Parts: sequence; C-alpha cells; structure tokens
Amino acid sequence: MTVAQPSSPASKKRPLARSALRNGRWAGFRHLLGARLLELAREREVIFWVFGFPPLLALGLGFAFRNKPADRTTIALVSTPYTSHVLSLIDQARERSAIRTERVDRARAADGLRLGKYDLVVEPLADDRVQYNYDPSRPESVLSHSEVDDALQTAAGRKPVLETSVHLSSEPGSRYIDFLIPGLIGMNLMNSGMWGIGFALVDMRQRKLLKRFVATPMRRGDFLMALASSRLILMVIEVGLLLGFGVFIFHMRVLGSFASILLIGAVGAVAFGGLGLLAASRAQKIESVSGLINVVMMPMWIFSGVFFSYERFPALIQPFIKLLPLTALNDALRATILEGSALAGQSGRLLVMFLWGGIAFALALRWFRWT
Amino acid sequence: MPAVIECCDLRKSYDGGVEAVCGLNLKIEAGECFGLLGPNGAGKTTTIEILEGLLEPSSGDVTILGHSWNKHRRELREKIGISLQETRLSEKLTVRETLRLFASFYCEPRHPDDVLEALELNEKADALVGTLSGGQKQRLAVATALVASPRVLFLDEPTTGLDPQSRRQLWETIREFQRAGGTVLLTTHYMDEAERLCHRLAIIDHGQVIAQGTPGALIADLGGHHVVEFALADRSGNEPALWRALPGVDSVRSDDGKTSLAVREPHKTIPALLDVVEKRSAQLEHLTTRQASLEDVFVRLTGRHLRED
Ligand SMILES: Nc1ncnc2c1ncn2[C@@H]1O[C@H](COP(=O)(O)OP(=O)(O)OP(=O)(O)O)[C@@H](O)[C@H]1O
Ligand SMILES: [Mg+2]
Repeated sequence: MTVAQPSSPASKKRPLARSALRNGRWAGFRHLLGARLLELAREREVIFWVFGFPPLLALGLGFAFRNKPADRTTIALVSTPYTSHVLSLIDQARERSAIRTERVDRARAADGLRLGKYDLVVEPLADDRVQYNYDPSRPESVLSHSEVDDALQTAAGRKPVLETSVHLSSEPGSRYIDFLIPGLIGMNLMNSGMWGIGFALVDMRQRKLLKRFVATPMRRGDFLMALASSRLILMVIEVGLLLGFGVFIFHMRVLGSFASILLIGAVGAVAFGGLGLLAASRAQKIESVSGLINVVMMPMWIFSGVFFSYERFPALIQPFIKLLPLTALNDALRATILEGSALAGQSGRLLVMFLWGGIAFALALRWFRWT
Repeated sequence: MPAVIECCDLRKSYDGGVEAVCGLNLKIEAGECFGLLGPNGAGKTTTIEILEGLLEPSSGDVTILGHSWNKHRRELREKIGISLQETRLSEKLTVRETLRLFASFYCEPRHPDDVLEALELNEKADALVGTLSGGQKQRLAVATALVASPRVLFLDEPTTGLDPQSRRQLWETIREFQRAGGTVLLTTHYMDEAERLCHRLAIIDHGQVIAQGTPGALIADLGGHHVVEFALADRSGNEPALWRALPGVDSVRSDDGKTSLAVREPHKTIPALLDVVEKRSAQLEHLTTRQASLEDVFVRLTGRHLRED
C-alpha cells in the first residue's frame, strides 16, 4: 500500500519528549503474555483455586486415608446376658487390636450401623451362638464380618486346616496418596485448562475486549499463542507444586523423569486448552460457557479415575473411559510417576490427548468469533 | 483530494431482520472532524463499526484512505485508532500497562507516556484500571486509540458520562489531533459537542442520513438563526397559522403547550407577537428567545427530541 502522507499527525504536533517507538515482530506477543501473567498473578481467587486448593485437597485426603488404618473395624456388641463371654473371646483373639468394640443396646446398635458408625452388629444369642447383622453392599462390613467371625471361631477353638503366612506392604508407591497425587495433577490441568482458556476468552468477548483487540493490528495467532503459553507456564508450576507436595509431605517416590512428566502435562494442557477454546468459540455469555464447560468436565470427573480407579466400572464401558482425555492423562501420569514407565510406552495415551486437542482446536478456529 | 473515509449506499440488516443502516453515503475529507449525530438506536454504532472494518455490511462499499478493508486490512489497522462505545479493559492491569500493551500492537506507536500526559492520566498511570472512575476509564479508552499514532480516529460516543471539565479537555485533545492533520469521525448525542467540535456532521435517524452539512449551514437551513419560545396562559387560543403570519417567522412548532418560532429578526417578531397577544387579551406565561441549535434542527426534521432529558 502506498501512502502519500509522510508521518502521522499525532507525532508531528508535539515536540517529541521521548524517542519514537519501533516495535519488532514479537512485541505484541511478549506484551500479551506479560499482561496475561500479570493479570493472573493479581487475581487472588485464581491463585487459590489453581495453586492452593489442589495441595489442600491432597493434604486432606492424604491424611484422611493415612490416619485410619484400613484394617481397623468398629463393631457394636449388643448387650445381652451372653455379651461378656463374646467379649472375652474377642480379647483372646490374635486380631483383637484390629477390632474396636462398643457395648450398646440393640436400638443404638441398629442406628449406628445405619449411620456408618459401626461396620457390623454382633448380637450374642447364647454362649455358643452369635448373630451378625450388616449390609452386604458395604465392603467394609463384609470385611468386618469375615474378620470378626474368624477371630471368634479361632478363639472358640477352631484349628486352621491350612498353613498360611502373610506379608504386609505399605511401601511408598502403593498407598492411596500415591494414586491420588497424579490424579489431582490431571484434574487440576483439566480445570485450569478449560476455565483458564474458555472462561477467560468468553469474559473478554463479553467485555468487548476481543473486539477492541482485533480493531488493532494485533496478530490473532499471537493472541492465542500468548494465551496458550501462559497456560504452559502455569502448567509447569501446577505440576511442580503438587509433585513437590507429594514428595516432601508424603514421601512419595517419583520414578519417571521430570522432563517426561512435564511433556505429558504439556500434551494434557494442549488437549484441555483446545477443548476450552472450542467451548468458548461462540458463547457470548459467561453463563453459557460455564454450563458448557461443566457438561464437558462432568463425565471425566466421574469416569477418569481421579480419586478412585475406574476399574470398578463395568468392563463394557472401559474402552470408552480410556478414550477420555483425562483418563489418558491420568493413566500416563500414573505410569510415569509411579512406575517410571518410558515415554514410548505412553504413545497411545499421548495420541488420545493429542487428537482431542487437535480436533477441538481445528473446529474452534473455524467457529471462533472475535466479536 | 481523495476522501479519507468514504462509503457508498451502505446497508446493514441484523439477523433479527432489523435494518440498522439503510443506504448511507458519507465522504469525509482529510483533516476534518466529522460527527454522526442521532438518537439511541439510530444506527451510529453500526455505521462506525462497519467503517472500522469490525462489522461486515450487508451491502455497500467502504474505502478508508483509498483502500478497502478486504484487501488491506493490516495496513489500515496500523493507521487508524478506535475507541468503541463500550469496552471494559482488563481491571487487573494498570493504566500504563494497558497503554503499553496496546502500543505493542503497532509498528510505530506513540510513546505511552506521551499519551498519558495528553489525556492527563499520568497521576493514575500506576493505578489498576479497576480502580478508575467512569470518566477516567473513558479517557483511557481514547488513550488506547491515540497510542496507535493514527491518521484517522474513530470515536464512538467518546464523551458520554464525562463531567463538563473532562469533556472540554477531551475536545481539546481531539482538536489537537485534528489540527495536526488527523481525521476524526465521532458519534455523539450531544448537540453542543457536535456544534463546537465538528466541521461537518450528519444527522442520522433510522439508519439514514436525514441532513448533512456544517453546523452553521444546518441551523441556517432551519430558516432562522433564532428561536422565540412562548406559552400562553390559556392554551386554547393557540393557532399556528396566526403565529406563522407574524413578520420574520419562518416556521412554527408547538410542543407541550409551548410554541417555538424560528425567526430571522427577533427584534421585529417580538413586538408583533406582543401586539397580537394584547389584542386577544391573552396572557403570556413564558417568553424566551435563544440562538437556534442543532436540537431545533433535529426536532424540525424528525418531530422528536434528540435526548429526552
Ligand atoms: N447485534 C445486533 N443484533 C441485532 N440488532 C442490533 C444489533 N446491534 C444493534 N442492533 C439494532 O440496530 C439498531 C441500531 O443500533 P446501533 O447500536 O447502531 O444504534 P446507535 O445509534 O449506536 O444507538 P446508541 O446511541 O444507543 O448507541 C438498533 O435498533 C439496534 O437494536
Ligand atoms: Mg451506539
């Protein structure tokens, strides 16, 4: 384009107090990224939800599941004339330390069982007859039943017919907290990716800020890249924080290399960033994008094995669960962190995440509205 | 000299079937300050956003600095500065950070600190945008347009919500820009703003230009340069034909019991008016005379007031 007039009017008038600026190709990107990071650093709520909350959750769940020895059961012993005999049998048992007994009347026992205070109700009917009362759908009750029954039978004189030995293990790597931390990392990456991209974009669109930006020569690609880069930077901090937390507080052992963990985190961040972008591509209102993001995340909260293994779901839906991006991310993180498996072994899961991110990104670019 | 901003038979209908702009022609020369004046919903924002290349017109051609948006988008973006009617800039950035961000998008921007000075925002340079008053935010919005060091400035209601002093100060900034050779297109609801700031203006209603010209010419077209306004105690004796026949009266309007006469020579009209009132032994409740304003032009053209306030 040929423009006849030599210099811009605004700079002609004023004696230039400061030297005129010349911006290079990447000035816009640098400032966009800087502005985004500054904004995030100044949002206290964001800092808490992204950085503070997940470690707190880990702390809470970690201690909740650590302080309660998994094999300790609480039972209600109903007061009857034969109760003292049963009590003495329990006291003789080898497992007595694992059984906490409370003597209560029948009504209290039933109440306690219903509320989950007791795993099992034992009612002595005669010196050589007891009745168990429990809900078979509660795993801890089933466990308690077999344990208490075993203790009573042995104390009453039953001889084992088979010689057995037991080896107990609570090594780092197989505890609940070891399972939990990678899950929390995955969940955190999903949350902050979807909200950090989706919410931020719709907010800017609603405030007409996107429109204001495209009214400048700003490169749209730079804008999206700056947003993505800010996510990657946050990702490193999020992953480092939660992992460090696991290592220092819970003495977790990280077997895989930090580089592979970060690479997996980056692919995960890309997948969820793409989904966030897609969710935000058209929505004009914060409310509609919030609903959309929740709808997308809900199945993954449930199925992707954040807090509990998804192996419990029916085998029929397992293949679908494994195709969810969060499942792939969690599985890849667990395999790398807990088993130290090589990155090459994770290629399937990386591909799943990559496809989600890539397809979402491609669709988002077609549909995205700047105004 | 070719026009800086030109549009030809511009039309825009929104999805709902609303015809926001119907057949608009504008031609704005270099160095001009051109105003679009119109009531709410007249189509000012739609028009200016089409000219800014932010909205696709349904039909019609737009050329800015001799180029079309489709072919020279990037180059044009470098040369124009825009302030939208409503933008909420990031609250967690400071004023200076915001201006630096906007400056970074342009190849050769003005120095952000110069712009801060020009808009008297330096006191607030390090304040977060979220803590600014409405008027200060408005000035910052104009600052983001000026930091582009543009040749053409598009301002959509730049002074709405400003106190009189800030308004005058912003007018001064705009004049300064335009004295230095810049071209300005602005929209406004304010008559006095249009009269004082704009060389030429177009009055828009229902998406069409209903009058165009310099403020002086528009007022002169009204027929008189003065307006005599009066009200009679007895409203029943109000006959437009009677007043029309008075010497020097060009037009008559009645509105809410008040009668306004557009007159060329008030010193001839007023004695005659008082004579008639006396002869009919009616009583005057109210009588004023003033310079005709754009408001009168607007009311005359549309039968409505521009701002009901
Ligand atoms: N996105 C949209 N979708 C549908 N109709 C719209 C849209 N934007 C504006 N309109 C309609 O187009 C007409 C012109 O609107 P516009 O915003 O251009 O008016 P305006 O002159 O800027 O008014 P104001 O002085 O209130 O800012 C109005 O009737 C408005 O309802
Ligand atoms: Mg408007």
